[in-house]
Amino acid sequence: MMGLRLFGGGRAARAAPIAQVASAPVARERLQILLAHERGLRGQHDLLELLRAEILAVVSRHVSFDPEKLQIKMERGHLVSMLEIDIEVPNTSEGRSAAVA
Amino acid sequence: MAKVLVVTSGKGGVGKTTTTAALGATLAQMGEKVVVVDFDVGLRNLDLILGAERRVVFDFINVVQGIANLSQALIRDKRLENLWLLPASQTRDKDALTDEGVGKIIGELREKFDWIICDSPAGIERGAMLAMRYADEAIVVTNPEVSSVRDSDRIIGMLDSKTVRAEKGEQVAKHLLITRFDPARAARGEMLSIEDVLDILATPLMGIIPESQDVLRASNVGSPVTLNDAASAPARAYIDAARRLKGETIPMTVPEPRKGLMDRLLGRRAA
Repeated sequence: MMGLRLFGGGRAARAAPIAQVASAPVARERLQILLAHERGLRGQHDLLELLRAEILAVVSRHVSFDPEKLQIKMERGHLVSMLEIDIEVPNTSEGRSAAVA
Repeated sequence: MAKVLVVTSGKGGVGKTTTTAALGATLAQMGEKVVVVDFDVGLRNLDLILGAERRVVFDFINVVQGIANLSQALIRDKRLENLWLLPASQTRDKDALTDEGVGKIIGELREKFDWIICDSPAGIERGAMLAMRYADEAIVVTNPEVSSVRDSDRIIGMLDSKTVRAEKGEQVAKHLLITRFDPARAARGEMLSIEDVLDILATPLMGIIPESQDVLRASNVGSPVTLNDAASAPARAYIDAARRLKGETIPMTVPEPRKGLMDRLLGRRAA
């Protein structure tokens, strides 16, 4: 049984390309890059939530709009980071008067 | 003093329930009074792994809602007098578990037991949050595989921010348990090595459980793997991990399976 296993293993090793055999280093590198990114986002999560809540409050005081139409994105770059705030507001004057009233 | 231990992972199917049952049984055999608590509302399985599925009358949520008291819901293991189970509810009402309700029950369990082992559901939703909420220590179960390692990292972040201890500025003691490890594949570079996983997750290692058919064999018959065959490789690994949990210093090894009859015969012939 042991002899068979040794034989099978040898055959598999010969047939498989090298890149396929040592896939663990690829896994390791992918994880390191991904987790560095995700750990960076984790602290920001709360920041974005806070920004969203406060922007909603400020804008809603003057214009009424659907809160789901408020998009906030933070993109981290090497030199600068970009905070993108996108708010879609209704085109009618109804929104404004309703909010003011 | 009672210890609340959460067994968690983020990813499903990595061995949380197997681990809860094996560590619970081993600690109970060592003379500790242990309760294992299933937090997987709607998908309970700890009862099945422990072979107690036909003895469930009341559950965790019944106790939270005051329909039953704690002693009515606790099920004593048939093999180990020190091991108890608090089953989860199979009702689909996920919201039935409240932070307050869980806190109250954990408080009551602390008075009765040495170890309260909370088996977390997969995911990062309410059930998983509540399972870790009151923990003093945590076992993060990880397979040497990219998606499991990523999810473990996320869970470690939650243990450091969302638990009662974290909110008080204290630490939940975290331990990594690597399960389904295949030393031969890791040696050939086909599987993340122990060093890779430790390096990435930066969490102290509690044990290495080798991939083994003994785990499925034990769950088939409803017995913790440590009770079903204490000499099997995963059982020995879990027993070592339990001793480390109790503070003993045990050298870290990956137990090897015993050789079968054929291997032994051939081995003897070869020698």
